[in-house]
Amino acid sequence: MPLTDADLAAIWLTLKLASVTTLLLLLLGTPIAWWLARTRSWWKGPVGAVVALPLVLPPTVIGFYLLVTMGPNGPVGQFTQSLGLGVLPFTFAGLVVASVFYSLPFVVQPLQNAFEAIGERPLEAAATLRASPLDAFFSVVLPLARPGYLTAGVLGFAHTVGEFGVVLMIGGNIPEQTRVISVQIYDHVEAMDYAQAHWLSGGMLLFAFLVLLALYTLNPTGRRK
Amino acid sequence: MQLPRWLLTLTALLFSISAQAAEVNVAVAANFTAPMNAIAAEFARDTGHQAKLSFGSSGKFYAQIKNGAPFHAFLSADDETPARLEREGQTVADSRFTYAIGTLVLWSAQAGVVDAKGDVLRKGQFNKLAIANPRFAPYGRAAVEVLTGMGLLDSLTPRFVQGENIAQPWQFVSTGNAELGFVALSQVMRNGRISGGSAWIVPSKLHAPIRQDAVILAAGKGNVAAVALMSYLKGDKAKAIMQSYGYEI
Repeated sequence: MPLTDADLAAIWLTLKLASVTTLLLLLLGTPIAWWLARTRSWWKGPVGAVVALPLVLPPTVIGFYLLVTMGPNGPVGQFTQSLGLGVLPFTFAGLVVASVFYSLPFVVQPLQNAFEAIGERPLEAAATLRASPLDAFFSVVLPLARPGYLTAGVLGFAHTVGEFGVVLMIGGNIPEQTRVISVQIYDHVEAMDYAQAHWLSGGMLLFAFLVLLALYTLNPTGRRK
Repeated sequence: MQLPRWLLTLTALLFSISAQAAEVNVAVAANFTAPMNAIAAEFARDTGHQAKLSFGSSGKFYAQIKNGAPFHAFLSADDETPARLEREGQTVADSRFTYAIGTLVLWSAQAGVVDAKGDVLRKGQFNKLAIANPRFAPYGRAAVEVLTGMGLLDSLTPRFVQGENIAQPWQFVSTGNAELGFVALSQVMRNGRISGGSAWIVPSKLHAPIRQDAVILAAGKGNVAAVALMSYLKGDKAKAIMQSYGYEI
């Protein structure tokens, strides 16, 4: 077996992080995307810009601010401490929070596009059939937006698997807590252990290709973003 | 084609400047950031040569140098990496020497947390202990050696948070995310004294010396500024700067 126990632990941790993050993002991203798709409010621009920030910001900026704000002297850190949760850097929960923010646009934007593509008419039709807005959402919008959800889920998951800079800055490289695959690869390279680095890197390359291949073949509309 | 006279003059001028003042690209270990910035400024003033500095971890520099990075000289955090580059024919022969010996310090950003003997490690009343990754960072390796000697390694390992080079443990401690950390003395020392928080300067007999070697790389062969920098590092001015940051020389 070319992979060590530490490698396997990193793989397992990464999959766990990506799954939890994707689940949270789909729950959180749905109302945000729905609101962005329907609102005529002045706030649409600013909120959309905030959601898209991680596309533009270097991970070092995100990592640096998360480290400072989630630390014991930062506002988020003081809040989590007052709840008795301690501070978030160097914990799995901290990585989840960071990843949710970091992968937010990859989930919200496909959902928003899907909702916008549905338009008003199916909802008006549902309303004439006396469906409540909630009922209409679950029985009309969700099925129609399925390709959008597939794209959002796959991109959110894959982008979290590919996260590196933010984790490096707030993770502290703790086995089974914050040492994800990308950090493990980095360690192998730093330690000049290139054989191990190749096994994990090659695996990541294959994974990324297969995920995108599946996305583009199963869901051709996913390309339209 | 006839070139305008002013252009010829300008070109001649530029060439004459570059003949006297050369440039050297230097890969510098992260722990040596502060002293090297000071040394490079003095070096430019005294010799007219410019040292362009890149900071990072020695392992990353090794990978970059092996793959054709345009560095002329390398100031490593250890003695193994330059020796390995030498064996692999990536350096100028006989250019390797120890420019400094690093000092390890246990540091907290808060006053009164670390005592003068490091007993805080035994008492264990702290959340996290930040160290550089002992797998490849020399200061991390020294820290593990110290903890092993104190018989505390196994009990404290679960509290480790690791940085990819010595800059990160300092970040973790200075932002308060880790209450304690092993860092390089050069990171917390200014003008010969610890600039803030509380610290235990780890006696050097508790770990193997952190020898930091410098070497001229193959890409720096024939670069006069690289040669000048190496001899400048051995001079009194550079040594005084290193000492003010807590290095033994």
